[in-house]
Amino acid sequence: MVEGLIGQKLGMTQIYDKDGNVVPVTVIKVGPCAVIQKKTKEKDGYDAVQLGFLEEKPLKRPNRPTQGHFRKSGLPPCRIIREVHFSPGAEIKEGDKFFVDIFKEGERVHVTGTTKGKGFQGVVKRWGFRGGPASHGSMFHRRPGSIGASSFPSHVWKGMRMGGHMGQDRLTVRNLVVVKVDKENNLLLVKGAVPGPKGGYVLVRKNGFVRPNS
Amino acid sequence: MSLIDFLEAKEMRRDLIVPRVGDRVRVHVILKEGDKERVQVFEGDVIAKRGRGLGTTFTVRKISFGVGVERIFPLHSPSIKKIEIVRHGQVRRAKLYYLRQLKGKAAKLREEK
Repeated sequence: MVEGLIGQKLGMTQIYDKDGNVVPVTVIKVGPCAVIQKKTKEKDGYDAVQLGFLEEKPLKRPNRPTQGHFRKSGLPPCRIIREVHFSPGAEIKEGDKFFVDIFKEGERVHVTGTTKGKGFQGVVKRWGFRGGPASHGSMFHRRPGSIGASSFPSHVWKGMRMGGHMGQDRLTVRNLVVVKVDKENNLLLVKGAVPGPKGGYVLVRKNGFVRPNS
Repeated sequence: MSLIDFLEAKEMRRDLIVPRVGDRVRVHVILKEGDKERVQVFEGDVIAKRGRGLGTTFTVRKISFGVGVERIFPLHSPSIKKIEIVRHGQVRRAKLYYLRQLKGKAAKLREEK
């Protein structure tokens, strides 16, 4: 059994549970994923499997090193490759495929993705500063204010919250409940939001997975 | 059709009669009290519909003991047992929020012929 699978965020919707409550869900197309390479403690210093996300479209023009890397498993070169752990003693070899059904309804998962890029943002959006009054002659609207004292310390402290690039960070949302598993269409429905735009790639991992190396 | 639409379509309820704005309806709602189930009927005029797909909702307004009461129902919710249409009202707009300002006879909707 592997720890997790690669998926693609399709978007959000809402469904009803048994009691008629509305549950907000994110639809993720998870898997099928195939093992490209198995890493072992003896050879690589740690145990892990390298998974490739099998999509309808494989890589159009893989370069020579990529072709060589995929030759052993006999798979078409994939765009998205991620490394995950696997349970100790599990019989996994190169070329093995995994599907959404490794997840069960009611189980909790961690979802890792890249957040939407926001570009260069000011201090109000980026750090939640309150800004100044909008009117009544105010000339202090969305400015950061003082960034420190004068002769001591004579410099701006490291880590001072200022404007700058926001978003497009790796982010993990933990303990999302799996609401539904659709094996037929390779879909996974998790309760709540997941980082990234529609079409963004995410890694879905099991909560409570015992990592062999820790 | 996107996979999300497809997924929603599977969850949708096709057994219900979809009310129109201006209709007088009787909505049978399943209430859960502990492990007992009870059906309550809410009768009033549909004054608005919003949303699409699985998230569609409709608003029903009635006058209860002289006080206006509005309830918003999710159209595809499993807690709706049945929707009965008492009569079709003749209306000229999609949202009948103007009824909130009217009282008595003025707040009545003309029946569609």
